[in-house]
Amino acid sequence: MSADKSITDTTTLVRRSLAKRHAAEKRFRAYGIFAIVASLSFLVILLVSIISKGLPAFKATYVNLDINLSAEALGVSESPDRTELRSASYNTVIRESLRELFPEASSRREKKDLYALVSNGAEYDLFDLVIENPEIIGTTFSLWVLADDEMGSVIKNGDDLTNPENIVTRMNENQLSWAKKLQDDGRLDVRFNTAFFENGDSREPELAGIKAALIGSAFTLLITFSLSFPIAVAAAIYLEEFAPQNRWTDVVEVNINNLAAVPSIVFGLLGLAVFINYFHLPRSAPVVGGIVLSLMTLPTIIISSRAALKAVPPSIREAARGLGASDLQVVTHHVLPLAMPGILTGTIIGLAQALGETAPLLMIGMVAFIVDIPQSVTDSATVLPVQVFLWADSPERAFVEKTSAAIMVLLAFLVAMNAVAVFLRKRFERRW
Amino acid sequence: MSATTLVLVAIALAALSFAYGRMQAFQVASKHGGMKSMHSLPSHYGMMVALWCALPALAIIIGWKLIEPTVISSVLDGSIPQEIVDAGPKTIELYKNDIGNLVDSDKISGIADAGKKLAAEKLRGLRHISSVALMILALCVAVVGASLALKRIKPNTRARVTVEKIVRFFLIGSASIAILTTVGIVASVIFESLRFFQQVDFFDFVAGTQWSPQTAIRADQAGSSGSFGAVPLFVGTLLISFIAMIVAVPFGLLSAIYLAEYASRRVRSIVKPLLEILAGIPTVVYGFFAALTVAPAIRHVGESIGLSVSSESALAAGAVMGIMIIPFVSSLSDDVITAVPQAMRDGSYGLGSTKSETIRQVVIPAALPGIVGGILLAASRAIGETMIVVMAAGLAAKITANPLEAVTTVTVQIVTLLTGDQEFDSAKTLAAFALGLMLFVVTLCLNVIALQVVRKYREQYE
Repeated sequence: MSADKSITDTTTLVRRSLAKRHAAEKRFRAYGIFAIVASLSFLVILLVSIISKGLPAFKATYVNLDINLSAEALGVSESPDRTELRSASYNTVIRESLRELFPEASSRREKKDLYALVSNGAEYDLFDLVIENPEIIGTTFSLWVLADDEMGSVIKNGDDLTNPENIVTRMNENQLSWAKKLQDDGRLDVRFNTAFFENGDSREPELAGIKAALIGSAFTLLITFSLSFPIAVAAAIYLEEFAPQNRWTDVVEVNINNLAAVPSIVFGLLGLAVFINYFHLPRSAPVVGGIVLSLMTLPTIIISSRAALKAVPPSIREAARGLGASDLQVVTHHVLPLAMPGILTGTIIGLAQALGETAPLLMIGMVAFIVDIPQSVTDSATVLPVQVFLWADSPERAFVEKTSAAIMVLLAFLVAMNAVAVFLRKRFERRW
Repeated sequence: MSATTLVLVAIALAALSFAYGRMQAFQVASKHGGMKSMHSLPSHYGMMVALWCALPALAIIIGWKLIEPTVISSVLDGSIPQEIVDAGPKTIELYKNDIGNLVDSDKISGIADAGKKLAAEKLRGLRHISSVALMILALCVAVVGASLALKRIKPNTRARVTVEKIVRFFLIGSASIAILTTVGIVASVIFESLRFFQQVDFFDFVAGTQWSPQTAIRADQAGSSGSFGAVPLFVGTLLISFIAMIVAVPFGLLSAIYLAEYASRRVRSIVKPLLEILAGIPTVVYGFFAALTVAPAIRHVGESIGLSVSSESALAAGAVMGIMIIPFVSSLSDDVITAVPQAMRDGSYGLGSTKSETIRQVVIPAALPGIVGGILLAASRAIGETMIVVMAAGLAAKITANPLEAVTTVTVQIVTLLTGDQEFDSAKTLAAFALGLMLFVVTLCLNVIALQVVRKYREQYE
């Protein structure tokens, strides 16, 4: 009787607590959903904040100027030769055309403000034009030149110039009124920013571009790929197919796993001490960057290549051996081709990681201010993430949008590489 | 001809010899009654010839380039004027540098007098002779090697065995590169650190509380003797990593639990890759986000409730770093949670517990070692993370536990000490390597422990 009683007691106890326990169950589930939603919203906030800051950088404001290109203003003779044209004063011509538009700017300070409406790059555009067609000297024509970054961003943002007090800018009243007149005359135009993709770095935000960094990244990745891919595949083949089970192999395996988790900046220290200070390879060069990054990506590629090799079933190897293939022929003719999609996927993911890496490259001096497009792997260069880092440090406001835009380009490349990796996996993966 | 072109030429010659050797193998075979009479395949004979052509030549090029500078410099030693030799090794070094620069770029630090010009002329001549000699030697060796190998194409030559042996050496060499990398890392940080500890006492470094690495450049400079007490850096690193873990562990663990236990296959296949994107975003992007969006936002919120927040607060850097680490924690925990045998869950359900009770009282305790391992790995990642802190944390070396103040970390100081102009022997730059050594040792210990724990855990359920 007492046993019966205790069972019914327990049952009522359980029944009574059931609602509470189910509520706890629901709460626990909600925590999980909340964690996932929060993590994903961090991602969304990050991307939205970068894209919203970066989009304006893909547009640039141009100013239309009436250029009166007299030989006298250029300071050259009537039929100038090339050397004379090279040293001619194009800036004077641009300034003159600005003064003609706004004769009211008379004092020194006003003139300085006026000249500041147009980018410093304008004279180089004019220079290129004249060097290519010297016959235009003595003619009058209209020319679209880049606006300075301050006016450029006001116009790009579509700020209402009739209410200048609402605009956040470093432009003064005079400059704003001139900008308004230029706008009313239809002398301002917002176009796609080609300079961003065609120029190297510059101290002038409106002239700064990512081409030098892109080429630097391409060179660096090329070196990384051509070193890490063959070495990693060879190492993976050895460890997976040939290595005897002994202590040495264990050491190599543990070592590779640990290397994969060494902070990237330590690889930078290695590059600085060994390749630059000991072997005297050139500082700031993609070749050193590529070597350092390939040492860094090797473990990643080795680990994924081994997984791909392991996934090839032993029956393939046995069949090949049965037909008289040597150990190496088994691997090169049968196992490796079948594992290739997996290996390539791992390689692309490793390279994507290398493309986004910054810290080790700071150590080997790839933070230089690079205006020129690097021509070879031993030229001084910078890479895209380092360019992002450099611009993020710049005080000018216009560099914020440049930085975000460079990040967008970087992310686009990463997305593209990962998409290729996913495609390779989906298209060629075989289930045995 | 530069060394690079020479290497390319050697490789081109090797390709030619492969084709020729393969052809030769067919010809030899036809004399001996077809391919069947040969020991190896024609491509093996081709490979053998190519290797004989390229390997000795490449070895000579590399060896030559390694000893060339020493030999040339010792030849040049004879032509150094007596008064410079008397002035000591530093002056000799300078003189040699000048001559080298004269040859390379026509620009030198001193005046290019007649003696230096003569020496430069001599150096140029020596370099020219050396490069011509190398070219002739390397090409001769390549051709001789290839023709010797061509003679060996016979039915009983075991070309396949030779080639495969060489390939196997290449495979072993590649696998050893991982070891070499570790040796290189250890050697480079240890050697430079030892030099640092000759100048700065080890205990002052690990226990000192004052960090101001500005050393005097000139001997008579005042007020900048430099003090290298790294405790503020360790505290700053721990503070930021701790904040990061506070963000990452709950979010990562709860997402992992939900994905592993509750989510349907479809949700899992969508959410998991999305979370992994967080790990794929370059750290420089997080740094920019932390410095430009999160730090001002935290400052704004803090000030509106009356707190003084530094614009480079540890909280901003730590929180963003935590977001970056969420996927590490979640995917590692996901792996270990799914590895818990279904039988344990079934047992728990059989006793009448709900799903969340099973997870909390059976699955998580069973998976705990693995989860701890994952968290340790994530912590090592946080300690070694560089760009976020370089961009969002400050340079102020302070000992504080207040997350709203600016702190600095080990990695920030390494970057600051090593970027920009530097003199390689000064304590300032060597200090970066000592910090690197600390970083390497700590992260290595964390990794070894974590990998061990995870491996033990896996073995338990396999």
